[in-house]
Amino acid sequence: MEKFTTLSAIAAALPEANIDTDKIIPARFLKTTQRTGLGKNAFDAMRYLPDGKENPDFVLNKEPWRKAEILITYDNLGCGSSREHAPWALLDFGIRCVIAPSFADIFFNNCFKNGILPIRLPREICDQLMADASMGSNARLTVDLPRQVIVRPDGQEVPFEIDPFRKHLLLEGLDDIGQTLQHETNIEGYENRENREKPWMPSIHID
Amino acid sequence: MGPRTLFDKIWDDHVVETLPDGTSILYIDRHLVHEVTSPQAFEGLRLAGRKLRHPEKTVAVVDHNVPTSDRTQPIEEADSRNQIETLERNVKEFGVPYFPLLSANQGIVHVVGPEQGISLPGMTIVCGDSHTSTHGALGALAFGIGTSEVEHVMATQTILQRPAKNMRVTVDGTLGAGVSAKDIMLAIIGHIGTAGGTGHVIEFAGSAIRGLDMAGRMTLCNMAIEAGARAGMVAPDETTFEYVRGRPFAPKGEEFDKAVAYWKTLASDEGAHFDKEVTLRAEDISPSLTWGTSPETVLPITATVPNPADEADEAKRTQMQRMLDYMGLEAGQKIAGTPVDVVFIGSCTNSRIEDLRAAAQIAAGRKVAEGVRAMIVPGSGNVKRQAEEEGLDQIFLDAGFEWREAGCSMCLGMNPDRLTPGQRCASTSNRNFEGRQGPGGRTHLLSPAMAAAAAVTGCLTDVRELA
Repeated sequence: MEKFTTLSAIAAALPEANIDTDKIIPARFLKTTQRTGLGKNAFDAMRYLPDGKENPDFVLNKEPWRKAEILITYDNLGCGSSREHAPWALLDFGIRCVIAPSFADIFFNNCFKNGILPIRLPREICDQLMADASMGSNARLTVDLPRQVIVRPDGQEVPFEIDPFRKHLLLEGLDDIGQTLQHETNIEGYENRENREKPWMPSIHID
Repeated sequence: MGPRTLFDKIWDDHVVETLPDGTSILYIDRHLVHEVTSPQAFEGLRLAGRKLRHPEKTVAVVDHNVPTSDRTQPIEEADSRNQIETLERNVKEFGVPYFPLLSANQGIVHVVGPEQGISLPGMTIVCGDSHTSTHGALGALAFGIGTSEVEHVMATQTILQRPAKNMRVTVDGTLGAGVSAKDIMLAIIGHIGTAGGTGHVIEFAGSAIRGLDMAGRMTLCNMAIEAGARAGMVAPDETTFEYVRGRPFAPKGEEFDKAVAYWKTLASDEGAHFDKEVTLRAEDISPSLTWGTSPETVLPITATVPNPADEADEAKRTQMQRMLDYMGLEAGQKIAGTPVDVVFIGSCTNSRIEDLRAAAQIAAGRKVAEGVRAMIVPGSGNVKRQAEEEGLDQIFLDAGFEWREAGCSMCLGMNPDRLTPGQRCASTSNRNFEGRQGPGGRTHLLSPAMAAAAAVTGCLTDVRELA
């Protein structure tokens, strides 16, 4: 996983609530066995017209937001399916940070696992950042993870909260399987206890 | 220890260790795997030289991509075939128990788990699919995870989690005629919204919930995710134990009694704290359906489509108008009487034998309206066989429904079962998002009986008129 430290980038505003994971990447694109390559179909229904041409009105089809690395939306971003293809599609498009007043739980988790930083901020602040974003390339936002602030184009700083463990993993680009396996003795201890206390727990064998 | 909720008890019982920052390593009793969200996880294991820690706590099925037509023919869509073959290679290489496509036990993962006794009360159950919440109906803590977490569970049999908050939704009273578990859940989502349960695990309680059979409880918990909740749960009771008894992988004899003794300790204690409480009266719930492209856009079938002009918030007003345009509906029109093109009875929400019986009751002696395509997709090979033993297949075939093989099918259209642009579908599935059932498709979520009523009348219909 790529480390996330400080990101100074163009931000795109998508002022909608309940952007679901089907919208981020429709189910028919989930047939891949890879993590990469989904960027071209990110927001497929919004980005392309029925004839396959780009929809010129969609923000990510316009300059300079084609190169956006930050996305700002309204409430409940990523609701619906658990598909990690949603953050994979965003990442493959180039998005490294998503900002919204609220997120769906699984999507929020999935972002961290892929080096995407999801930031919760009140709706009024999202509105201000969307106004910044609308100014395009003259108005880059800087997301400073070590200091936990977003620096606006006018220099004003917006602080944000993040779970310390997740911050650590993002800053170091760590995969958490290795972290968990450091606790293997405790996992074994748990398993021994469960075997004793729940002997009825069935193992599955299918011929 | 003070009084605890059902969720607290299962959580406490599965914490391996709590890390200094409050994240817990949570033990996973059962990991369900399917072909869409697992290939990248297996690949990750392979690259890191890791194995599954407990293949015998894992079960794989194919469901999302599978055709629901003749299974003796090769799978036509190359990318679907590739995903299925990839799973088959992976389960072989990693030694994962697997129900293949041609097994009589194949079906939708959330139908197969409970049906086989693979999912049990008190367990922690995960799967790379948001509708894993379904298994909470057994009194388990079951939730959907992403593919990175799938890989984490494969390698460690644990997951990193922070405890959820507790929410209780109580539905007391007696359900009216034509009102099913689906209508209860639509009413709940309509009431609390698609983010109403965010960060919470919902425990469903109250006399109307206790009165539901297991299929109904699964329908409720299935759509807990549509209310934004991490999971849905119903405390295990005699209905649960009777359901589990005798299932192929469920404990037997003395072991079963021991298990029941434990499961009986799981119900929320008197006085346990819930961070959020919602109460509904069963008598206030009508046969319902959705009108828009979010599961919270719920209406009783007797109502009219809402008017965006009545909405104060501008962003919401714009969104409502967009939904009306997408759905091809007018503000103020009666929702009943809207013609449908397709009827889909199936999905992990409503494809169990009880659901098919409810639909058959309406279909019996009637004909699917002209120009309507109506499909029945049983949740598993076993559901299909049982329905055939009961003669339900004949009722459906006589009425002009298609009787198909088990799978996820038109719930999300990863196989050839898809809507075409502009088609309107009465669907027993769980999501009405834009394009969910096929690009440009229009979905109305409703119960199996309401779907059957739409099939035979050719339009969205109050099922009570056909009873």
